[in-house]
Amino acid sequence: MTYQLKMRVWRGDDSGGSLQDFAVEVSEGEVVLDAIHRLQATQAGDLAVRWNCKAGKCGSCSAEVNGKPRLMCMTRLSDFDPAETITVTPMRTFPVIRDLVTDVSFNYEKARELPGVELGPRDADGKRRMMQVDVERGQEFRKCIECFLCQNTCHVVRDHEENKPAFAGPRFFLRYAELDMHPLDTHDRRALAQDAAGIGMCNITKCCTEVCPENIKITDNAIIPMKERVADRKFDPLVWLGAKIGIRHKDDEGRTEM
Amino acid sequence: MAATGVDAPGRAAIGARTLRTDRWWLSPLTTFVVFSAFVVYATWRAFADKDYFVEPYLSPFYSPCLGDCVKGSADFGTPFGGFPLSAALIILIFPLGFRMSCYYYRKAYYRAFWLSPPACAVAEPHTKYTGETRLPLILNNLHRWFWYAAVVVALILTWDVLLSFQEADGGHVGLGTLVLLTNVVLIWLYTLSCHSCRHAVGGRLRHFSKHPVRYRMWTWVSRLNTRHSLYAWLSLFSVAIADLYIMLLANGTISEARFF
Repeated sequence: MTYQLKMRVWRGDDSGGSLQDFAVEVSEGEVVLDAIHRLQATQAGDLAVRWNCKAGKCGSCSAEVNGKPRLMCMTRLSDFDPAETITVTPMRTFPVIRDLVTDVSFNYEKARELPGVELGPRDADGKRRMMQVDVERGQEFRKCIECFLCQNTCHVVRDHEENKPAFAGPRFFLRYAELDMHPLDTHDRRALAQDAAGIGMCNITKCCTEVCPENIKITDNAIIPMKERVADRKFDPLVWLGAKIGIRHKDDEGRTEM
Repeated sequence: MAATGVDAPGRAAIGARTLRTDRWWLSPLTTFVVFSAFVVYATWRAFADKDYFVEPYLSPFYSPCLGDCVKGSADFGTPFGGFPLSAALIILIFPLGFRMSCYYYRKAYYRAFWLSPPACAVAEPHTKYTGETRLPLILNNLHRWFWYAAVVVALILTWDVLLSFQEADGGHVGLGTLVLLTNVVLIWLYTLSCHSCRHAVGGRLRHFSKHPVRYRMWTWVSRLNTRHSLYAWLSLFSVAIADLYIMLLANGTISEARFF
């Protein structure tokens, strides 16, 4: 079954643009990215769109469909009424390059600010060992495909351009949490997470979790645990007192603060 | 909206605050109405200073009763007997602080009351935002201290339930007993599913493998934690219903349905 899908697609660049109306023939089982590709092939040959795997694994085709941050390749047309007009715009947090393509280099700058893993010395046989249960803990965070939909939807930077220098964003709090939970890493990133990454700016309204196409529980499993770790260090008088009188949390041994 | 957010220079010039077509306002509106109703009811009841005790039930708003309490309601003495206002005001700071700094309630009130943001990808009306980096919101980092207090409160409410099975002439089970029992189960589920609890029992560890018992406890709390918001709502209703039932009994509007 085919039908004419009514679409409104934002077209323009950093000097301006507008939503333009199109009608595109689509078939049963197709996704928004298919419709955009057909639009490009038949009516708007110069429509700029970033895409790659068409399978929800590369994180390239991030956009906003009817105002919701989505991967276009994972947004089924069957979820919409055939009579409905579907509006597709670029992500609204990052500078637009052209049409649906945005400049996401903000995220790469933030990635560079985050110190990588620093492993301790090897075991006597030259190997490093982690128990399975400790390996499993970080697996959820490794599912991130860096589509940056969480960074795009986070109101801290979406609604406040001026916060961008001071705020790393949910994707990188995920990374902070992963490394801080890593049993072999020798960095203590708690102060850095609060100061340089600005985790205190997050007010845990959970939009990052809502839009994550990999269903990573960013808020519950990464941001809140990281906030609690910062609270351990900065806002917990018992921990402070323990450090003063020489009782240290043994689990933190061998770590140096960044 | 100042030109700093979605209208900032360089971003796609779309103009609209949001292009969402679904009823995104329904959830924050519901939260606003229900929480506001609870705040109004709880404030009225906390200041009322009457109809909170009817043998053997004590309203959770007034438990433990440490002020100038009606006869029979003070199970832990009256160290604040000279407190001039309602006895509820002495102890409500603890459950109030626990819920105000709760990670779920924070999400709920930031969205529904402060519109920061009202819903995902809907621009907030504020021109400036500092999150939880300054007073007073930085105090939300003290959540764990309120959690410790909440555990004590839950223990006391459990004691109240045990007392509600007794009367001067022996055992007793009334509708009030079941109401208090349901309430305390939901209060415990809410308290134990707390994110700070999850952190304290095992989340703070870097080596699960070296702490198998704490790891196991962490997995249990993690399972409860996925439904923290549900327990937050249910226990909010149950505590209000428990208080309402006891108030209606105490002021004689209804009489107890006694099972045995």
